[in-house]
Amino acid sequence: MPEPVIACEDVTYIYRRGTPMEAPALRGVSLAIRPGELVALIGPTGSGKSTLIQHFNGLLRPTAGTVRVAGHDLWAPRADRRRARQQVGLVFQFPEYQLFEETVRRDIAYGPGHLGLGEATVAERVDEALHLVGLDPARFGERSPFTLSGGEMRRVALAGVLAMRPEVLVLDEPTVGLDPRGKEEIIARLETLHRQGLTIVIITHSMDEVARLADRVIVLAEGRVVMAGSPAEIYRRDEDLRRVGLDLPQAALLVRALRARGLPVADALTIGEARAAILAAFRG
Amino acid sequence: MEFATYVPIGQYLPSDSAVHRLDPRTKIVATTVLMVVLFFVSTFSGLGLFGVTILAVLAFGEIPLGFALRSLRPVVFLLLLTVFLNTFFAGGAPSRTLFTVGPLVATEAGLRTALFIGLRLLLLVAVTSLLTFTTSPVELTDGVEWLLRPLRRLGVPGHELAMMMSIALRFIPTLLEETERIMKAQMARGAEFSQGNVLKRARALIPVLVPLMLSAFRRSEELALAMEARCYRGGEQRTRMKELRWRAADSVAVAVVTAACVLFLRVR
Repeated sequence: MPEPVIACEDVTYIYRRGTPMEAPALRGVSLAIRPGELVALIGPTGSGKSTLIQHFNGLLRPTAGTVRVAGHDLWAPRADRRRARQQVGLVFQFPEYQLFEETVRRDIAYGPGHLGLGEATVAERVDEALHLVGLDPARFGERSPFTLSGGEMRRVALAGVLAMRPEVLVLDEPTVGLDPRGKEEIIARLETLHRQGLTIVIITHSMDEVARLADRVIVLAEGRVVMAGSPAEIYRRDEDLRRVGLDLPQAALLVRALRARGLPVADALTIGEARAAILAAFRG
Repeated sequence: MEFATYVPIGQYLPSDSAVHRLDPRTKIVATTVLMVVLFFVSTFSGLGLFGVTILAVLAFGEIPLGFALRSLRPVVFLLLLTVFLNTFFAGGAPSRTLFTVGPLVATEAGLRTALFIGLRLLLLVAVTSLLTFTTSPVELTDGVEWLLRPLRRLGVPGHELAMMMSIALRFIPTLLEETERIMKAQMARGAEFSQGNVLKRARALIPVLVPLMLSAFRRSEELALAMEARCYRGGEQRTRMKELRWRAADSVAVAVVTAACVLFLRVR
């Protein structure tokens, strides 16, 4: 097995430590993200997902436990956390709220500009990142980010992280609050990036996105990893999922409902699979 | 990086202590009087007693000492500056020289003044924190509004002022959280906020301040809309869920504070 890009060992994190409002957010989380995989991190609100990913690039220091990026302990003495921030590209929730520059191009250049690259290299990276998120540099480059649509702004913010050429892309609910087309554009871009070999970790509440994208699913509840496995394995344990407040993808619910009505449909997770399964059942 | 934790100024610490249950008017008036009296206290023993009183109220209010101390953190710089300036520049001519640093001369009188003013500044912040620790923003607004009532005839919009104040207080933690979020997002893009000289650090803040301003404006518009959607139109004929009620404990508190003030001013 290849060495994990990100490895957490027994990570515990307590918010507001030492005050009367102390609250544990993570209670001994261990996991490993391997090169090239797309991992979905799911769990109910308050399960510690957003806290966990801030440990991946050293924004939060674990109260106990270790976090390694490409084998290096982030909190060892002399650890290079700036390098970890380049290796692990973190895209926060509603990342469009972090845009600040006058032009799209300059905003995307903010990240690579911190890497000590030459001006020409930075410009190259900006173009490359814009292409990766499906925005034409000639059309969008010189516009103010604040004149764009919500979906476009989010893609610019995503480009701002991609321009640092991270080895792992970590996204916190990248499609939340977008219209269906905006969602589809982001998801399709992530699929492409994943196909090109980028390691991706995505937090999402959409079970349909999990079914469609993920190679592996990690379920978090009350600050602990409660389940981990392939989407098919996870969705087989629907009782356990419901117990922590999660549910199955729409397609899986549909085939189950059909089966309950007597149509012998095979299991399916995505709409495509459901379509094939239902057609097969009718052809008998 | 956790921001909101370290700046508990203006933060309410819910509890059901005797101090929390006092009428907000009592606490506002008491705090105001104590602040004024603080400027008339002229002896170290007076300041000392003042400090002891604050510690006692903290204990009655069930506020952990560590939490209270942290609220003093934002003024540490101001405090050090005050002490520094006074030590070297406040001493009158006929005073014994303690030590010199280059051209700067520290005098005994200067040091005394420095310590006195420093202590006074510290107590000033502490006494105001006491009010916000033990009084929820809603109570605070109700109290201020009631106290501004007599000024209404003069055209002072008491309700509006109180509402503005409570909204401002309510949004301090929100804006801190927002700042933390944006700083983290920019740090994820390689930003450094704690390196380089003053100019460099100030420039590093632009990518934080621009999104912060935008979000503050967005929030204020949303809040105004939400208030209007619920028919908010200022103080006219507005009733409250919790009426202010003066209790025996409030009279006792007022008496105690008055006695304490006399003591602070008289003690030698």
